[in-house]
Amino acid sequence: MKKAHIFAAAMLAAVAAQPAAQARADDLTLCWAAWDPANALVELSKDFEAKTGHKMSFEFVPWPNFADRMLNELNSGGKLCDLMIGDSQWIGLGAEAGHYVKLNPFFEKEGISMGDFIPATVTGYAEWPKNTPNYWALPAYADVVGWTYRKDWFSEPELQAEFKEKYGRDLGVPKTLEELKDIATFFQGREIDGKTVYGAAIYTERGSEGITMGVTNALYNYGFKYENPDKPYDLQGYVNSKGAVAGLEFYKALYDCCTPPGSSDWYMSEDIDAYKSGQVALQMNFAFIWPGVNADPNVGGDKSGYFANPAGPDGHFAQLGGQGISVVSYSEHQDAALEYIKWFAQPDIQAKWTAAGGASAMRSVVEAPDFPDKTPFNKAFLESMAIVKDFWAEPSYASLLLSMQDRVHKYVIAGEGTAQEALDGLVADWTEVFQDDGKM
Amino acid sequence: MSGTTIDHVARATPPKVARRIKGLSDRAIAWIFVAPTIFLLLAINIFPLLWTIYLSFTNYRANRPNAEVKWIGTRNYERILGDADIWLTMQATAHFLFWTLVLQVLIGFALAWLINQKFKGNDLWTTIIVLPMMLSPAVVGNFWTFLYQPQIGLFNYVVAFFTGADPTSFTMIGDVSLAPWAIVIVDTWMWTPFVMLICLAGLRSIPESIYEAAECDRASKWRQFWTITVPMVLPFLMLAVLFRGIENFKMFDLVVQLTGGGPGNTTTLTSIDLKREAFEKWRTGYSSAYAIILFVTVFGLASIYVKALNKVKER
Repeated sequence: MKKAHIFAAAMLAAVAAQPAAQARADDLTLCWAAWDPANALVELSKDFEAKTGHKMSFEFVPWPNFADRMLNELNSGGKLCDLMIGDSQWIGLGAEAGHYVKLNPFFEKEGISMGDFIPATVTGYAEWPKNTPNYWALPAYADVVGWTYRKDWFSEPELQAEFKEKYGRDLGVPKTLEELKDIATFFQGREIDGKTVYGAAIYTERGSEGITMGVTNALYNYGFKYENPDKPYDLQGYVNSKGAVAGLEFYKALYDCCTPPGSSDWYMSEDIDAYKSGQVALQMNFAFIWPGVNADPNVGGDKSGYFANPAGPDGHFAQLGGQGISVVSYSEHQDAALEYIKWFAQPDIQAKWTAAGGASAMRSVVEAPDFPDKTPFNKAFLESMAIVKDFWAEPSYASLLLSMQDRVHKYVIAGEGTAQEALDGLVADWTEVFQDDGKM
Repeated sequence: MSGTTIDHVARATPPKVARRIKGLSDRAIAWIFVAPTIFLLLAINIFPLLWTIYLSFTNYRANRPNAEVKWIGTRNYERILGDADIWLTMQATAHFLFWTLVLQVLIGFALAWLINQKFKGNDLWTTIIVLPMMLSPAVVGNFWTFLYQPQIGLFNYVVAFFTGADPTSFTMIGDVSLAPWAIVIVDTWMWTPFVMLICLAGLRSIPESIYEAAECDRASKWRQFWTITVPMVLPFLMLAVLFRGIENFKMFDLVVQLTGGGPGNTTTLTSIDLKREAFEKWRTGYSSAYAIILFVTVFGLASIYVKALNKVKER
């Protein structure tokens, strides 16, 4: 009996000695896409679990189904996700439909400043309405569309000589989109190491967002604008300007001249496969793939180089990717979820995040003097992040996106109609969406 | 429920139970039995249908529960019926439906006729032929994208072997003129065995004595085929067409996996388009009107078809 009393007293003392946080430990679920950075976050989050006693679970969905699955979850007021690393374009819907918790009071209380993050990522991932200090997310994963190229092929003397003779300049990283097309044309159908290779793997996917994420890299640089900068939702003459038409024609020409046969429905994974299997000289893709390319036994190391989306005749931009992390308003563990964000916003955790395979948007990480030379692709990443532009983040972004997928795929891949007709049609579609939303 | 049936049920009720429910009329007891089913039907089928009809006259969006729902009359219907793109998806669906049915009926019947002949390995061949329909449509769609791949795909190499064309010179799922046929080929490959099995059941239900009588009358094989085999298998064949027609009208998974509805909108069937409107664009009111139009179309066509099927059966 005495022994039992001593044991009970010891147990009580042990329980009392636990940190307060552990006494109210929560099970948190973080929802994101199923890809390499998500695995890195699982590892990193073990530090959060150790420090706070909260238990982390993860719900990762493959990219093609990510938006469908997670937006259904949010729209139905589901409690599955406490934390959501949602696409940048969801921010308008998340804010206006009340899916996300507004983070301003929390940031003020905890001393988290958005000035510590790359400005473009704050605008792209956290703000709604855009360019106002209303924050619904913390920038979590910085990403942008850029290019990978076969450095080993580019450095072959015979190819260099042939290219110089044909185009009158060195075979190197293209400075403009036209130069990029020349290089892609040069490699298209060429025999290298006994294999037929092709010019470029570009985004052409029809079902989700692929071709839009690709074509915008040409459109922006030829003069396409989403709206009149002085009059919101005024689309006519901006979406379908002469420059925008030229940009769309350029993308179609690039698809027609220089892509592998059968690449009519390609997105991130198909482009990676084509590049890693040695089919293409150039690859358009989000920067998140660069660590994987660098580590690849076939094309990694010195065999590959990286560069930002080249300039066009009317600008120099690249399509923004990446996501912010938000607290879901339907969560029953909002305090613990906010704790996670507080932990994640620490500079040392952000540094570990990048080192583990993530991509921090924190300035102290990416502006560190040694950052550009830490990997072969960091310089291209920084150059790309400096020129980003994003798609609409309106609550009706899905309607806007699907219309663009329709119109662009019809013209670029199916070859139906003209570029002018495609963009005029897009103006009509988008106008209808904004009229339905009462914004026009 | 007829009175005779109710009387029969009443007689079959054990005396103990009968005492407990004494005082209830037969009709009331019948209603007690039928009520749960009626309630479920109302809750699961009728109410959603009526609710969909109501939503089709509004601007409701399921992803904006706080937004004001406005009654907009027949605007959704006018938009849909006046939208050239939707008529193109209807055309794509009609093309898919027509050619898959024609090919599956012809090949399915031919295969059933062959399998019905008595030869060695008959059962093994039947098993091999029905394998495709046992696979998941998502799996079939996925591996046919590889078969159609111009650089490594088997399909292009087989075509190239017979035609002498360069296998990389054509892309079945990336070409506007070939993509509609690409989905027809895969669906035919997958579902012809189903039609074959139904036809086989029809062929095996024909009594041998009819053929023997025809032989006595010196009817030729050709004559026997057209006057005995075809008429007697026809109800089975029509049933197979009904099943496949309904299935292919709502075809989604296989085509999404194969082409994603592309290139452009070439293979965007109505079910794919409807899903995008309802659950990607979240235009719930608009997609409700779309669904009602499709429902009326399918219901109308199916009713006419079932009447024809009944007439054939009566012959």
